[in-house]
Amino acid sequence: MANSPFVLEARGVIKIFGNHTALDAVDFGLKAGEVHALLGENGAGKSTLIKILTGAYQPDGGGVFVQGEQVHLDNPLHAQTHGIGTVYQEVNLLPNRSVAENLYLGHQPTRFGLVDHRKMEANAKVLLQRYGLNLDPGSELGTHSVAVQQIVAIARAVELSGKVLILDEPTASLDRNEVERLFEVVRDLKSRGLAIIFITHFLDQVFAIADRVTVLRNGRLVETRPLDSVSRTDVVRLMLGKDIAFSGATDLEPENAHSEVLLDFRDYGRKKSVQPFNLTVHKGEVIGIAGLLGSGRTEMARIMFGADPADQGTLHISGKPVSIRNTSDAIAQAFGFCPEDRKAEGIFGDLSVRENIVIALQGKLGWFRALNRDEQLEIAGKFGEAMDIRAASLDMPVKLLSGGNQQKVILSRWLATDPAFLILDEPTRGIDVGAHAEIVRTINRLRDDGMAMIVISSELDEVVAYSSRIVVMRDREMVAELRGKNINPGVIVQAIANHPDEAVA
Amino acid sequence: MKRSLRPLAATAVIFIIAYALSVLQFPSMLSTRVLGNFLTDNAFLGIAAVGMTFVIISGGIDLSVGAVIGFTGVLVAVLISWMGIHPLLAFAIALGVAGLFGAAMGLTIHFLNVPSFIVTLAGMFLARGGASVITQDSVPINHDFYGTVTGLIIRLPGGGRLSFIGLLMIAIFILGALLAHRTRFGSYVYALGGNEVSASLMGVPVARTTVQIYMLSSMLAALAGIVFSFYTSAGYPLAAVGVELDAISAVVIGGTLLTGGYGFVLGTFVGVMLLGLVQTYIIFDGTLSSWWTKIVIGVLLFLFIVLQRVIFAASTPGEKSPEKA
Repeated sequence: MANSPFVLEARGVIKIFGNHTALDAVDFGLKAGEVHALLGENGAGKSTLIKILTGAYQPDGGGVFVQGEQVHLDNPLHAQTHGIGTVYQEVNLLPNRSVAENLYLGHQPTRFGLVDHRKMEANAKVLLQRYGLNLDPGSELGTHSVAVQQIVAIARAVELSGKVLILDEPTASLDRNEVERLFEVVRDLKSRGLAIIFITHFLDQVFAIADRVTVLRNGRLVETRPLDSVSRTDVVRLMLGKDIAFSGATDLEPENAHSEVLLDFRDYGRKKSVQPFNLTVHKGEVIGIAGLLGSGRTEMARIMFGADPADQGTLHISGKPVSIRNTSDAIAQAFGFCPEDRKAEGIFGDLSVRENIVIALQGKLGWFRALNRDEQLEIAGKFGEAMDIRAASLDMPVKLLSGGNQQKVILSRWLATDPAFLILDEPTRGIDVGAHAEIVRTINRLRDDGMAMIVISSELDEVVAYSSRIVVMRDREMVAELRGKNINPGVIVQAIANHPDEAVA
Repeated sequence: MKRSLRPLAATAVIFIIAYALSVLQFPSMLSTRVLGNFLTDNAFLGIAAVGMTFVIISGGIDLSVGAVIGFTGVLVAVLISWMGIHPLLAFAIALGVAGLFGAAMGLTIHFLNVPSFIVTLAGMFLARGGASVITQDSVPINHDFYGTVTGLIIRLPGGGRLSFIGLLMIAIFILGALLAHRTRFGSYVYALGGNEVSASLMGVPVARTTVQIYMLSSMLAALAGIVFSFYTSAGYPLAAVGVELDAISAVVIGGTLLTGGYGFVLGTFVGVMLLGLVQTYIIFDGTLSSWWTKIVIGVLLFLFIVLQRVIFAASTPGEKSPEKA
């Protein structure tokens, strides 16, 4: 076999789920002694690629090569024998066992057939010191911080595999000092010649540690580049697929055209989630929220809706102070929320279309005013028609519908409660073009009817098309509020990419 | 002290205090005779509880233990008394049958992904029903071998006797402790109880370990059934009803967490002894209804569950906040 410059390589990898192509002929090469960042929005195919590289999935086309030799990886354990180790975002270790046992489980040193605890802990101590950890290897893993557990997980992965280390969002739950500590470990491993794949949503971290970056979008390879030749803006543009030359500002009526203020969030925020933000929402206004995944977009929406209630700041609705401690409070104030993850948080898959539509309204009415079947059918029928829900029958389980129609059902559910304020989190993700247009049309219609809306979306063109203002989130902080001429993809990309100390146009 | 040791320490302290108080009231309770009988009377419960300890540490539960004891007693009695098979061969057959029975339960739990509670409940009905189908009556065992074994005792100063079955229980506890704490199999059991997903990602052979755990529990239950047959010299299909619950109590009182992942085989020993102490006290008192045993066990169990909750909730390290620096 030809000598390959790559330790681990994916050539033309294809992965198809049902009729959805998750990966379309993706090439990816990893060199020894480099940190290679893998970037992409949700659904870009990052995790699918990782699962193929670790043997959790089998590719439908193309192949995985380890040092130029094609290999067939049956499962993550098999990948380990090829030198490929993985550390996940949630530490997949055993908090109830000692640090030493977590390092060596399954490979414990034995004497006369019995595990030699003393030797195991001595080895563990030496090993951990190489990672700058000076702790008692006999102590329970669960008593240590997530950062330490993360490093123990890395130590185990390196110890058992030793060529390739895949770090899947290892920093998601670490604070800045802990991230720095983790990076020292990663730099040290890099200098020892390990090849490291680093997945994160934090661009700062990518620029702090990575040598090369590969960007995926919609299951396709966009580009692989050395990091010193790209700017932050380039990377964001690659991820979002926006041509920055495009800068057609949308024609929207001037600010004063808006009627009264509906909602006024002051210093609204939640510890460990989103920094306090100020935002006013007028009636008949759509505010778009832009930002990369993990920037705090969804968290912001959940705080507004009371799913994770705010612990600081105030909210005035039509000038009156209101506190929203849970979702029932929010619904009582005529809020509605269509969450990002339809399947997990939105639909009740086994219930019928009709039941899914009336459930929020029923929740608002309470137990004692049950809607009878005729009323339910009437409401469901009305919205089914208005939203053009394509279902054979209103009594069929909603899980059998396509993604776009499911989204319409959820939208109908909230519209049935006649909300004054509607939060839509990624309403158009993963749905077909027709349904996409229908939802955008609905957003515009509702705005014209005077409803206030917040729409979170990664589709910049789409946000630009219907928003009267755009809020940009970065690192769990609201960093910019764009209006008027500034509502164009170029400015948004700039705002997402910029360092906090750089001025935003 | 490690937090996982604290419930065990509490059990040990309670046992010592309870024993001291009992001795103050009935000085004769401090004798080798009473201590020897402690071991003999609780031998079958102790042996079954060792198996139960493994099951609970792995995060499961085995409700079939009492039924397997009853079934084994009947099977052994029938093989020896009706079919004239030598007891040792009968024991081997009984252990083999129990091993297959446990393996079947383990396979069902793992591959059909059914909660152990349900599978072993079915196992309980199967074993109990099976025993009753073989015979409805008590089958006496009259074999020289039984006499020989029962006669194997070590006389202690002070009139006490260490019986063979008492010593067997101690041996099983020591072997069980080695298995749990000093072998890879043991570490896998704890790993399953800690987090099954992590365990499988870390390369623990989950299927094999699950099957082995339930085989171990059933075979120890069968051994307990054999010991019980020495104790009663008979096999009776309705013997040892509810012993699984006593075993679970002993395991929990001995410091093993019902949710799995933490526990000690030797803690179970202390738990069994504490249960034995309660019974002995009630016998010495003579005026109390034996049902008081149940009440005391209930109170102890409740106490220990609360204690474990407090210890583990209080000492869980706070989630490191993802707050930005």
